[in-house]
Amino acid sequence: MKAILALEDGTIFEGRTFAGEGEVTGEVVFNTSMTGYQEILTDPSYKGQIVTLTYPLIGNYGVTDEDAESGAIQAEALIVREYQRIPSNWRSQKTLADYLNAAGIVGVEGIDTRALTRRIRIHGAMKGIVSTVDQDVESLVQRAKESPGLIGRDLVKDVTCDRAYKWEGEQERRFHVVAFDCGAKHNILRSLAGRGCYLTVVPAHTSADEVKSLNPDGLFLSNGPGDPAAVPYVVDTVKRLLDYLPIFGICLGHQLLGQAFGGKTFKLKFGHRGGNQPVKNLLTGRIEITSQNHGFCVDIDSINDPEVEITHINLNDQTLEGMRHKRLPVFSVQYHPEAAPGPHDASYLFDSFTQLMTEYAKA
Amino acid sequence: MPKRNDIKKILIIGSGPIIIGQACEFDYSGTQACKALKEEGYEVVLINSNPATIMTDPETADRTYIEPITPEMVSMVVERERPDALLPTLGGQTGLNTAIKVAEMGTLDKCGVEMIGASVDVIKKAEDRNLFRKAMQNIGLRIPKSDIARGMEEARELAGQVGYPVIVRPSFTLGGTGGGVAYNREDLEKWVAWGLDASLIGEVMLEESIIGWKEFELEVMRDKNDNVVVICSIENLDAMGVHTGDSITVAPAQTLSDREYQKMRDASIAIMREIGVETGGSNVQFAVNPKNGELVVIEMNPRVSRSSALASKATGFPIAKIAAKLAVGYTLDEIPNDITRETFASFEPTLDYCVVKIPRWTFEKFPETEDYLTTAMKSVGETMAIGRTFKEALQKGLRSLEIGRFGLGGDGKGRSEREGIDPPLDEIIQKISTPNSERIFYLRHALKEEIEINTIYELTGIDPWFLHQLKEITEMEAEIAGAHFPLDRGLLQRSKELGFSDVQLAHLLKRKDDNIRQLREQQGLKCVYKLVDTCAAEFEAYTPYYYSTYEKENEARVTKRKKVMILGGGPNRIGQGIEFDYCCVHASFALREEGYESIMVNSNPETVSTDYDTSDKLYFEPLTKEDVLNIIEQEKPEGVIVQFGGQTPLNLANPLSEAGVRILGTSPDSIDLAEDRERFKAILDKLGLVQPDNGTAMSVEEALKVAEVVGYPVVVRPSYVLGGRAMKIVYDQKTLEGFAKEAILASPGHPVLIDKFLEDAIEMDVDAISDGRETIICGVMEHIEEAGIHSGDSACVLPPHTLDKDVLRQIKDSTRALAKALNVVGLMNIQYAVKDREVFVLEVNPRASRTIPFVSKATGVPFAKMATKVMLGRTLKELGLTQEIVPHHISVKESVFPFDRFPGVDTLLGPEMKSTGEVMGIDTSFGAAFAKSQLAAGQNLPVQGTVFLSVRDRDKEHVCPVAEQFIKMGFNIVATAGTSRFLQERNISNQPVKKVSEGRPHIVDHIKNGEIQLVINTALGGGPARDGYNIRRAVLEYHVPYVTTVAGAWAMASGVGAMLGEKLSIKSIQEYHGGQGD
Repeated sequence: MKAILALEDGTIFEGRTFAGEGEVTGEVVFNTSMTGYQEILTDPSYKGQIVTLTYPLIGNYGVTDEDAESGAIQAEALIVREYQRIPSNWRSQKTLADYLNAAGIVGVEGIDTRALTRRIRIHGAMKGIVSTVDQDVESLVQRAKESPGLIGRDLVKDVTCDRAYKWEGEQERRFHVVAFDCGAKHNILRSLAGRGCYLTVVPAHTSADEVKSLNPDGLFLSNGPGDPAAVPYVVDTVKRLLDYLPIFGICLGHQLLGQAFGGKTFKLKFGHRGGNQPVKNLLTGRIEITSQNHGFCVDIDSINDPEVEITHINLNDQTLEGMRHKRLPVFSVQYHPEAAPGPHDASYLFDSFTQLMTEYAKA
Repeated sequence: MPKRNDIKKILIIGSGPIIIGQACEFDYSGTQACKALKEEGYEVVLINSNPATIMTDPETADRTYIEPITPEMVSMVVERERPDALLPTLGGQTGLNTAIKVAEMGTLDKCGVEMIGASVDVIKKAEDRNLFRKAMQNIGLRIPKSDIARGMEEARELAGQVGYPVIVRPSFTLGGTGGGVAYNREDLEKWVAWGLDASLIGEVMLEESIIGWKEFELEVMRDKNDNVVVICSIENLDAMGVHTGDSITVAPAQTLSDREYQKMRDASIAIMREIGVETGGSNVQFAVNPKNGELVVIEMNPRVSRSSALASKATGFPIAKIAAKLAVGYTLDEIPNDITRETFASFEPTLDYCVVKIPRWTFEKFPETEDYLTTAMKSVGETMAIGRTFKEALQKGLRSLEIGRFGLGGDGKGRSEREGIDPPLDEIIQKISTPNSERIFYLRHALKEEIEINTIYELTGIDPWFLHQLKEITEMEAEIAGAHFPLDRGLLQRSKELGFSDVQLAHLLKRKDDNIRQLREQQGLKCVYKLVDTCAAEFEAYTPYYYSTYEKENEARVTKRKKVMILGGGPNRIGQGIEFDYCCVHASFALREEGYESIMVNSNPETVSTDYDTSDKLYFEPLTKEDVLNIIEQEKPEGVIVQFGGQTPLNLANPLSEAGVRILGTSPDSIDLAEDRERFKAILDKLGLVQPDNGTAMSVEEALKVAEVVGYPVVVRPSYVLGGRAMKIVYDQKTLEGFAKEAILASPGHPVLIDKFLEDAIEMDVDAISDGRETIICGVMEHIEEAGIHSGDSACVLPPHTLDKDVLRQIKDSTRALAKALNVVGLMNIQYAVKDREVFVLEVNPRASRTIPFVSKATGVPFAKMATKVMLGRTLKELGLTQEIVPHHISVKESVFPFDRFPGVDTLLGPEMKSTGEVMGIDTSFGAAFAKSQLAAGQNLPVQGTVFLSVRDRDKEHVCPVAEQFIKMGFNIVATAGTSRFLQERNISNQPVKKVSEGRPHIVDHIKNGEIQLVINTALGGGPARDGYNIRRAVLEYHVPYVTTVAGAWAMASGVGAMLGEKLSIKSIQEYHGGQGD
């Protein structure tokens, strides 16, 4: 079926659906990972976004339940160059098209995704619309313009869990961690559980007192979608918990901490999405190749608290990638040490967190 | 951290001649490294015996030794140059092995030279199977189980431990004997018995069979701070069991989920650390069980490799250049990414296209060997293609192969399509089950026969993902064939997206390719060009490295500058190798010097020409009329250079010219004239020059008639081919009948050329340059072997060493006259034969020849550059070239052959070229220069021992003085009965030995026992007598130097004489040509 992607600047791409039908709006973003389409689609941080993958051949190895990063497909639509109808991999349970169809998500192929990517890189992330029902480009562009976009938008409330739940692994229970679910990826929870953390995953609107009543050893702030400035209620909670227990934040969790430390966030021109972003650990001098997925960023110059130390920076654009509090057991990174998809170079950060909790417990 | 200041001078070892498994990728990486280190202010010393390389150009390194890459010679360079460091990881296995030996000799310690990049320990840990196995165990990885058995009993026990099926390989066989798969105990008995017999040391290795597993490679880089990045993943279309160099490979990996890919990435990083590669690039090969994802490590190479060259071209990330910088202390985050400029080398390239590499084989050159592929590499070159889909890249790659194909099929060019019959089912099954050079085309047949993909998978081990891709191509082929001309735009567009060429469409729609081109023009369907930018468009790219595809946005940045396009040579094959790439690179440099924008078009990932900074623009595209015209339409260059890239671009001269493209330099008509027998004869007659009696034939009957007129023996060859393809000396009518047929097939539509063969003539190669007014001789080379052996296979010496002045003058005058008559602008090459002081013209090629790099290295004059400038309108006088440069030193070129790769092939030389590469020996005497050329080619010249002689009757008289010479030098002579008797009659002392057919112990026994140090065995002509053949295979396997001509024997005697005299000395090319240090 013919599908049209219209951007708010009037750019039109024509393609064909390989899954789903209908119409959907969202911010159009690109991800440069060559593998991991299932993890990307199911990452709650993609809520509100139409994702295009720069690697042209997608669907090659099918999908499997194991690789889902949440209970549902979160992206609004998927745009690829050439969908691969017949997957081949021993782990594959079904085709990507079946997966998208079951969730009613539109998948479009036959689009010059490189041209689309260049458009976004040059002009910045844009609002867009994908439609199989309306072929009138003018009305599509108009509706793309009118769509809500991400700035100032709280999408956390759409993806956070309804009520608290437990998550643990087979390891010995060593630390009770309360994980704020702002749209947490499963592999974060798995990574923590694999290190002896037993988790209480709580909704993003959980109050500081409720957290305290759980008497945890540590607090984890998850990734999540939307504008970090649009969730002041979580920032507030974090502020109240800052000097209470060890805290580790990832992605949105890092941006919440940044705000709690008095910093500001801003929207990047087109974000960082991919599995090849170089980050320098300023404490060790080592370079990590990291998995990233963020459109907003904590302004490195807005972190003025002398007690907050910049620990990681992005080597491509020198933006803030990690920080820690010099006195309090609090640290965070903008990127994704849990990978899924992406390299495992930064998995040591989960060990740092358990280490921090161990030390804090002793003190 | 900045670069190291404690080292100032760095020695780099090259990889020597082009051989199977070690081709021009090491010139590419070596050149990059030399440039990078020089850029950083280091003094670079280089040793490489291969003159046809850019790295041995006098400007590339500071001190360049074109000397044999032996531990002794490298030690001499170390002693003379006293470098601070040795970088051993850029010269392939040759560089690595030689560096280890030099270290073991103690030279490095003695001279205080540090090995950088990889230490001796690291190299050993990666290369020694047992050390490697232990290292892998340390990090929780495994390699296929294997162990050595020394007898049947031990083998039975081991097989039980390893588990069936088990692969049995004889240890230390020579010459690609391969192994066998034992599925049960009975098989085991059979294979072990065979293996123990085939092994020189009576050992067999039993190895766990992972045949049919999927094969992957990762290219990894590490800096001194232990930062590790993966540059590229590569997946082999062919499953385990086919050497990766013989596999069709794809980048990035296609059938791995992120979990599996990251597991492999983690493993490769752990391997880098465990093996301890300090800095630089390595490649790690993995096999994956398709049924459960189990991962085993096959091997790792702690150096740049063929795969790293491919990965560099596939991603735009210059691995060798970065490796060199890491070796001197930079870290990845300190080295800028040239392509994006704003980012650094500390990232992992991401692709937004698909890359397919396809090997190029030359089984047609070795008809005695079977066309099948094993774990021993047999291909001589490769081509790479980039597309936005796998299907597009594959079809582009197939039409880049220079095998006359224009895609997977439907091009009317395959044998079955030409003959109009599909191969029978059993042939299809056989050809897909056993890997061979044509398997990809038989997969198409299998799919057309509607064999189930699962069945094909079971038979081939090729992942179903790839098979489905092929199926989509065959389905599209059927759809096009079922459509009517003109195609509607939708179908035309879709066929182009799947990589269908105009030739395929034309054949399927029964039109001419020009009709398809017109149709595309009418419909406004044009290809677009996209950038290879390392980052999938995330950052702006500055390096104009393009590939074509059929999509929406065209990114080509066309400038208003005056520009010239150079057509490269495509994949390496026998007859067309690095020499032509060298010329193309020089053309590019010259264009820059003259203020032109240089645009390179080529499809060979191994070369310097396809480095992103060699030319102003690089189009990585097939060299077909369609693809080249598309680029021309885009760029509108002032002209196109076709005379440097060998036969590939030359074949395009006429079609391009007809399409209105301006061909720079010698006109297509002149090129044609030289190939057209009748027209050429008229010119020779006018100039009063003679050629051997000859004629042309379009059929076997005509051929027989011509042969009768000119008289046997005759040389038969097709026209418009390079490297003496299907060329042969024929002594009788019966042989001619069979052979003429083959020659007609080799170049369909063109006449077969038949010449009288001049026996015992001296052959000469002359290169000349002309600006249309003046012609200057670049160099005159005298072949060491007599006429009848292809010039690419013959050793030659510059300047000539036996011809008198009158003959030489005659040759030079003829050359100038021919250049004028053919209106040559640029380079030309002429082959002459001199018999009884009479000069015959054998062949004229108005283009750059294979010998241009050698001549340039011998004389110190960059002729290819000058020729380019001449084509742009400069005169030779302006360029300061007013007379022939005749060097005072002697340069010898020797050829290197791939016989050890092809079991059962006779090593006899003839008019069809068989060599893959060349080396150069330079010295002040012929003997020393020849000796160096032999050492460089891997022949160990003896200084004492026994010489074996067996010559045909005609040579008996001539070989006597050679025998006497060897006796004078202290050698013993043994000879077969006839030769022995002949020598005896002339009082030349010798011992008779038995031929193989005369009972034991015979000569082959003596060779195997190490009792023979040199073999002189002449048998040119007739069929290979079994005796001669057995001897030639034995010397090949036991590395005994041998010569097959009397002239060669003389040269060998001179070389041995030089070895017995003073110790060979070394001298840099800069000293030879700059006059310093004399």
